[in-house]
Amino acid sequence: MIPFEYLEHTADIKFRAYGKTPAEMLSNAAAALFKSMVEPATIVVKETWKVELKAFDLEDLAYQWLCEIVFLFETESAVFATFSVNLEQDGTESMRLLAEIGGERIDLERHAFENEVKAITRHKFGIKKNEVWCIQVILDV
Amino acid sequence: MAEISKINDNTYEVPIGYRPGMRVPGRIFVSAALRDMVESGTIDQVANVANLPGIVNYSMAMPDAHLGYGFPIGGVAAFREEDGIISPGGVGFDINCGVRLLRTDLQATNVQPRINTLIDALFEAIPSGLGATGRLHVSDQQLTEVFTNGSQWAVEEGYGVEADLSHCEESGHMPGADQAQVSVRARKRGRPQLGTLGSGNHFLEIQRVEEIYDEPVAKKFGLFKGQITVMIHCGSRGAGHQICTDHLEVLTRAVKKYNIDIPDKQLACAPLGSPEADNYFGAMVCAANYAWANRHIIAHWTREVFERYFPGSKLDLVYDVAHNVAKIEEHQVDGKRERLYVHRKGATRAFGPSRSEVQVAYQGIGQPVLIPGSMGTSSYVLCGNDRALDLTFGSACHGAGRVMSRSQALKLFTGQNVKAALNRDGIVVKATSPSMLAEEAPQVYKPSGDVVDVVHNLGIATKVARLVPLGVSKG
Repeated sequence: MIPFEYLEHTADIKFRAYGKTPAEMLSNAAAALFKSMVEPATIVVKETWKVELKAFDLEDLAYQWLCEIVFLFETESAVFATFSVNLEQDGTESMRLLAEIGGERIDLERHAFENEVKAITRHKFGIKKNEVWCIQVILDV
Repeated sequence: MAEISKINDNTYEVPIGYRPGMRVPGRIFVSAALRDMVESGTIDQVANVANLPGIVNYSMAMPDAHLGYGFPIGGVAAFREEDGIISPGGVGFDINCGVRLLRTDLQATNVQPRINTLIDALFEAIPSGLGATGRLHVSDQQLTEVFTNGSQWAVEEGYGVEADLSHCEESGHMPGADQAQVSVRARKRGRPQLGTLGSGNHFLEIQRVEEIYDEPVAKKFGLFKGQITVMIHCGSRGAGHQICTDHLEVLTRAVKKYNIDIPDKQLACAPLGSPEADNYFGAMVCAANYAWANRHIIAHWTREVFERYFPGSKLDLVYDVAHNVAKIEEHQVDGKRERLYVHRKGATRAFGPSRSEVQVAYQGIGQPVLIPGSMGTSSYVLCGNDRALDLTFGSACHGAGRVMSRSQALKLFTGQNVKAALNRDGIVVKATSPSMLAEEAPQVYKPSGDVVDVVHNLGIATKVARLVPLGVSKG
């Protein structure tokens, strides 16, 4: 299983991320999102950030999770390389995501920036489970 | 499935029935050559927009149309106030992404020998690219004023002059801002980014007026052959992106609440008059005003740089247009005057002389319509015609439009060879990332002249001047 792959899109960035579990899929999706912004090889993990999110279903949780990474990138001026995700059921009505993100503060001398991701779109956003879990995402750049 | 039909040389119709649920037909304004470049996904998006409640006349796509999310890029649609909707998918994440054109009193012959120095200085003076922080440190209170007053705030703070406001769409600030609808997260993203250009297709360009098509109008716009102009393309930065993200969530729920059938989740919307619609509109206006202030500040720093190298030079604002926004406008529909919410996503207003919204300076003429080319190709200034009101609710295209994906561009070009090719054409480029230059290579866009010709030939707007790039600063 490849962790993620980028697909052709005229104006924006489209990717699919995979996982044996929903948590692994979300971790790989975060890595795909971030690789489109900054070359991961240029990032050293020096700090960690904790994320806790709640949503009605996995799709909403996935959307919030990716939005949160863009938000943290901009507001913390940090770049991320590791994404450890845990999911748990929160009662019968909602799901919770607990994650630890590893990275460091932006260093313009060292970090090789690629695209500016403005936002995660809802266009053709979706999750499927066949042999493995798969999420499809289109980023507005 | 119903077939697309040709209406005239520059208009194609997507009939009701092309996709299920269409309430009105679609209209794609392209020439035969550009028609071949319109992807089927883009046509599907035109058809999807035609599903939305209260849509008037047509779901439209401008000649630069390409695949977007929700609306296509280059999409225009108007919705009746009584039974229509508002959708962030028809505005985009970069609310009031737009273009501003400054004219100088300098001749290209004087500027060209110093173009390298000038571009370096502009690149230094105007923060751009990913990870860049602004030169400005606004307080929370100041940010509130930016959201409410836009360019007006900038001028009061000493960025730009009063005359700028009367040469700017909406005078640089739209009424109806609702601070309460802007989240703490949007404020947090927006605050450090005021006065930054951003990345991707955003740019600051020094240009030369290469060709004048309409002398009398060019004179009214203050343009002459051989003149140096400066074009700035950017938007509302993280503030706008977050406002759109936040309200998309709310409107995703509103779609279920109001039982609206949408073919694409990005077309989440709410009925006009509902609290969800009002709240999005109020927040969108805040982002639009932020974008006008942003372009105003960047223009001010551009003037400072020119003053350093060309003391006493004058940089006057020709115009500033929004190309990602929803506006409340009155239009003639079936012989009746109606209030409509006109969504323009990657489309520029192109109002002719009859509209009261046209600034005093251009009344009786029509507004300047600014259409940037890609990094190495010509940009155009056109003049809005009243004919556009009947055809497109007074809208024109916003640029050249992409035809090649970023990954394809990266396979074909490198930043280095794109830069070298532009240098051979006498164009100096400065950018933060080489891969970004490759992704924005001139070849990834449609030929800007072809796109502009459609607008001209349809009578939406008339060609006034062609501007060629001399130097580009990219994020």
